[in-house]
Amino acid sequence: MTAKTKVLSLRQSAEATPMPALLKLLTIVTLVGFCITLVLGLLVAGTDIQQGEIQRIFYIHMPSFFGAFTAFGLTVVGGILYLWRKSEGWDRIALAGVEVGLAFALINLVTGAIWARPIWNTWWTWDPRLTSAAIMALTYAAYLMLRAGIEDEARKRSFMSVYGIFAFTSVLVTLFIIRVVPETIHPVIVGASPQNAQGGFEATSGVVMALIPSLLLWLTLMPITLIWHRVRIERRLEAVNRLKMQILSE
Amino acid sequence: MKTPFRTAVLAIVGKDLRAEIRSRELLSVMAIFAVLCILVFSFALELDRGAREEAISGVLWVTLVFASLLGFNRSLALEGDQGNLDAMLLAPVSRSAIFFGKLLSNYLFTLIVALVILPLMTVIYNSNLLKGWLILTTVVGVFGFSSIGTLLAMLTLHTRSREAMLPIAMLPVALPLLLTAVRASTNILNDAPAREWLLWLQLLAAVTLIYLALCWLLCGFVLEE
Repeated sequence: MTAKTKVLSLRQSAEATPMPALLKLLTIVTLVGFCITLVLGLLVAGTDIQQGEIQRIFYIHMPSFFGAFTAFGLTVVGGILYLWRKSEGWDRIALAGVEVGLAFALINLVTGAIWARPIWNTWWTWDPRLTSAAIMALTYAAYLMLRAGIEDEARKRSFMSVYGIFAFTSVLVTLFIIRVVPETIHPVIVGASPQNAQGGFEATSGVVMALIPSLLLWLTLMPITLIWHRVRIERRLEAVNRLKMQILSE
Repeated sequence: MKTPFRTAVLAIVGKDLRAEIRSRELLSVMAIFAVLCILVFSFALELDRGAREEAISGVLWVTLVFASLLGFNRSLALEGDQGNLDAMLLAPVSRSAIFFGKLLSNYLFTLIVALVILPLMTVIYNSNLLKGWLILTTVVGVFGFSSIGTLLAMLTLHTRSREAMLPIAMLPVALPLLLTAVRASTNILNDAPAREWLLWLQLLAAVTLIYLALCWLLCGFVLEE
């Protein structure tokens, strides 16, 4: 066998499995759902009397945090199950959860800053919740750095499972901090806002009507679909790396 | 036959104490760093008296966390570099005994540093830090930092640039401890009524217990060879 045909046959053995029908369906439903929630939030819902059009960013801002919550939660689940079962699939889910969650957390931070500029008259302020949200994003950035720094594969997987479990505390802090630390200016939508909250608005039926579909989409379909795609990429990546090693060793 | 848990933990703490008494490698570095840190903060905040008084508890905890980071890194690096960790893993003791042994010795060293800088800060910042409740907050908070720090130092021990990795890994995870500890100590320092800070102290204790339980459950995975 010539070197070229050998590479070709090796490549076929590492060829990715075709996309499962369920994933195709999930992708389409997520995309359609995303368009529908955008239409609901940007066009159907009424304009806020005090804040005007900028309030509409809320229909992405808050759901994106909960998308990150689901993704990081899946990292915890993946981590626990990896430590228990030692099956690499769970670790791939944990890694995918971190990357997808980090992307969502950044969307959350950026949309928040865009909203804060006209409402709070500043892009950023060291408010307790803003600080903890930024630290949450940094925690998961640290996860990726730490992961890149460990060379041994098995050790990397179990260590990062442990770190993924600990990192979730930063998500919980961000979620609960406005209920515990009173001097925040970040509005609370569900329940009573703190006294000094700036730029809150009431969850009227119009807001809820646009918010609930968006929230459900970001909480479930969006992270799950993206994580599934990311897991497939990771599996392909590992196959490619194995192939590289195999060719190099010959 | 396995060595009983308590014996193994005490043996590891004893070993660390003996090594420290002979070399004074860890405590001297941590203490000097902590003192320098306090002096630098004192200079930096000197111009504004009000800001300095507001910042005391922040300075206390940031100093403690940084000094402890230095200590945890050294203490685990010493084990790793000289092959001591492998030897301990070969010994017939449970993984959690190794973890708790290192945790207790790290805790002891950080606590000594804390007990040195509390009177020092009382003098330099002209504010009484030697209050019973504040010392209790320090004792609880430092234990929380030590447990999470020891676990993460074991984790970062095998990374490429471990000295840089521990702060990056530990500071975000330690945030709930730092937040509650600073809140509690600020209010205690300001002589606020107990109902304003007791909740923070309880939260600090709760977070410390949760972290300790997590560390105990997960230390076996970090110590595998």
